[in-house]
Amino acid sequence: MSWLLSTPIFLPMMTAALVFILPGSRRARGWFSIAGSAAHLALSLALLLTVWRTGPIAATMGSWPAPFGITLVADSFGAIMLCTASLAGLAVSIYALVDIDDDRAAGGFDSFLQMLLAGVAGAFLTGDLFNLYVWFEVMLIASFALMTLGGDRRQLDGAVKYVAINLISTVLLLTAIGLLYGLSGTLNMADLHGRLGQIGDQGLLSVVALLFLIAFGIKAAMFPLFFWLPASYPTPPMAISALFAGLMTKVGVYALIRSFTLIFPSSIGLITEIILASALLTMVAGVLGAIASTDLRRILAFHVMASIGFLLLGLALGSALALTAAVFYMVHAMVLKTQLFMTIGIVGREAKSFELEDLGGLYRSRPGLALTFLLGALALIGIPPLSGFWAKLMVIQSGVDVQAWFVVVVVIAYSFLSFIPLMRIWAHAFWSPEKVDIEKDERDAVRGNDPYLTIPAVGLTAVILLIGLAPDPLLQLAGDAANGILEPSGYIDAVFGRSSIDIADIRDVSK
Amino acid sequence: MEIILGALAGILMAASVWLMLSRNLVKFLLGLVLIGNVANLVIFASGGLTYGAPPLVADGATVPTEAVANALPQALILTAIVIGFGLVAFTLVLALRAYQELGTVNVDEMNLAERSAAYQRKDEKTVMADVRHAA
Repeated sequence: MSWLLSTPIFLPMMTAALVFILPGSRRARGWFSIAGSAAHLALSLALLLTVWRTGPIAATMGSWPAPFGITLVADSFGAIMLCTASLAGLAVSIYALVDIDDDRAAGGFDSFLQMLLAGVAGAFLTGDLFNLYVWFEVMLIASFALMTLGGDRRQLDGAVKYVAINLISTVLLLTAIGLLYGLSGTLNMADLHGRLGQIGDQGLLSVVALLFLIAFGIKAAMFPLFFWLPASYPTPPMAISALFAGLMTKVGVYALIRSFTLIFPSSIGLITEIILASALLTMVAGVLGAIASTDLRRILAFHVMASIGFLLLGLALGSALALTAAVFYMVHAMVLKTQLFMTIGIVGREAKSFELEDLGGLYRSRPGLALTFLLGALALIGIPPLSGFWAKLMVIQSGVDVQAWFVVVVVIAYSFLSFIPLMRIWAHAFWSPEKVDIEKDERDAVRGNDPYLTIPAVGLTAVILLIGLAPDPLLQLAGDAANGILEPSGYIDAVFGRSSIDIADIRDVSK
Repeated sequence: MEIILGALAGILMAASVWLMLSRNLVKFLLGLVLIGNVANLVIFASGGLTYGAPPLVADGATVPTEAVANALPQALILTAIVIGFGLVAFTLVLALRAYQELGTVNVDEMNLAERSAAYQRKDEKTVMADVRHAA
C-alpha cells in the first residue's frame, strides 16, 4: 500500500516536469495539466478510501525503519485534506485554461501549479518535522513563482510582502525544528508524541512551542500575523488567488493542528489560551476588514482570514466535537474560497473592474453567475441548509458544552457580521441597476461566460451543496479524523508497528 | 564551544533583526541572509558538538565502536543551506524587478497593491508625490 502514499507527491512532480518540457500548444499543455490534476484527485480518493477502511497507513522511505527514516503517514485528517486540496487543484487547472493568459502560461504556470500541489500533498502526508519544512519550502517557492508570474506592477508589490514575511516564518520554523531536535533527539512526529512531557527544561520547550506557533501562524494568517494576506492575495490573476485562498493558509492551519495535538502536550505554556484569543481576534479582524473594503478581491481575502480564525477556534476548544467542526469547516472553506474567488474572477471579467462602485446589473445579464455567487455567499455565512451552518452549529455547541459563553457570542456575532460584506457585494454587483458603460462593446475577446471558467465554479458549487444538504458522510469522516487527532495511537502504531511490512512493500515495488 | 556558537547566533540575530527593520528593501534582504545563517548555527549548536570523532564505521563492523559525532544536524543544515540559497537568489531577483517596476527600494513607497482603485486612477505622478510628502 505504500505506493499510495508516495504517488500523490510524486505524480504532480512528474506532471510539472513533463508539462514544462513537452512540446505543444498552450491548450494541449493545459489539458495535460488537467489530466495530471484529475489523476491526482483519483489517487487521493483511493488513499482516503484505504485509510477509511484500514485506519492510518505509513511507509518509511529508503528502508530505514522509523524513527530514523523519513516517514510518510496518512490518517483520516491528512487524507481528507489531501482530497480537498486536489479537488481545488483540479478546479483551478480547468479555470486557468482560459483565465491565465498565454504569457503566463509560457512562463510555466502549469508546472508551478503542479509543484504547489506536490508540496501541499507532501505537507499533508509527511510524518517527519524536517520533511514538513522541506515540503513547506517546495510549496513556498512554487507559490512565489505563481505570485510573481507575469511581473505586473501590483503583483510585484504584493509579492515583496508575501515573500518577505514567508521567508521570516520559514527561518523561525527551521530554528524551532533545530531546537526541538536538540531537546528531544528526534524529529519523527509519532516518536515525539508523549516524549516532550518528560523533558526537564519545560521553559525552553515553551519557547520552542511558541516559535512553532508563530511560524505556522504566519503561514495560516492568524491574528496579529495576517497583514500580508490582504496585501498580496488580491494581486495575481484570479485563478492563482483562488488556488492560494483554497490551499495555502489551510496548510498552515493543518500544521498547527498537527503540532499542538500530536507533538506538543496541550498543557504547555499558555498555548491554548493564546490560540483561543488569537482565533477570536482573527475572526473579528477579518470580518471587519471585509466590511471596510470596497474591492471584491480584498473583501474575499479578508474572509479567507476570518475563516482561519474559525478553524483555530476548533483547535483551541479542543473537544472531539470542536475538532470535528474544524475538519468539516476546513473542507468547506477550501472548496468555498476557491469557488468564490473563481466567481469573483468571472464578475471582474464581465465588468472589467473589481470595485463595488463600478459594478451593477449582473443579476439581469448573468443570472446563473448570480446564483453561483449567492449560494457560495450563503454557505459562507452559514444559512441553515448549507455547509457553513453545520460547522458553526458544532462549534457553538462545543462552546456551550464548556460554558465558554464569550466564544459563543463571538461566533454568532461573526456570522452576522460576515453577512454585511457579502450581501453588499450581492446588492451592488448583482441587484443594483446596470451602470452606464461606454466601453460595453469593446470587451475582452474572452468573456466571462466561457465554459472553462463557469464549469469549475459550478462544479465546486455542486460540491458545496452536496456537503450542505447531505452532511452525514463528511461528518463521519471528520469525526473519525477528530478521534484520530485526539487519540493518535492508530497513527503511532502505523508508523512503528507495521513499518516492517511497509518496508517489504517498498522493496517489492522497487524490484 | 556551544556557548561561543550560541553567542554568535545571538549577535547575528540581533544584527539581522536590525537590518530587517530598515525601510530599505536591500538591507532587509541582507538581514534575511543573516537570519538564515542564524537558524543553521542554532541547529548545529543544539544538535550537540562532539570533537574529533567523525561518524565513521570501521572496516568490517556494522556499528561504530565508540561514541561518534551526530551527523544528522549537519545533514539538516546542508539541506537548509541549499534551500536558503535558492530562496535568496529568487528574492534578489524579485527585489531587482520590484525596483525596476516601482522605481523605489523604500518599502513605505511600495503600496500599490493596497491602494484603492479610485486612488490608482489618479495621475501616477501626483500619487507618488503624495506618498513622498506623507513620508
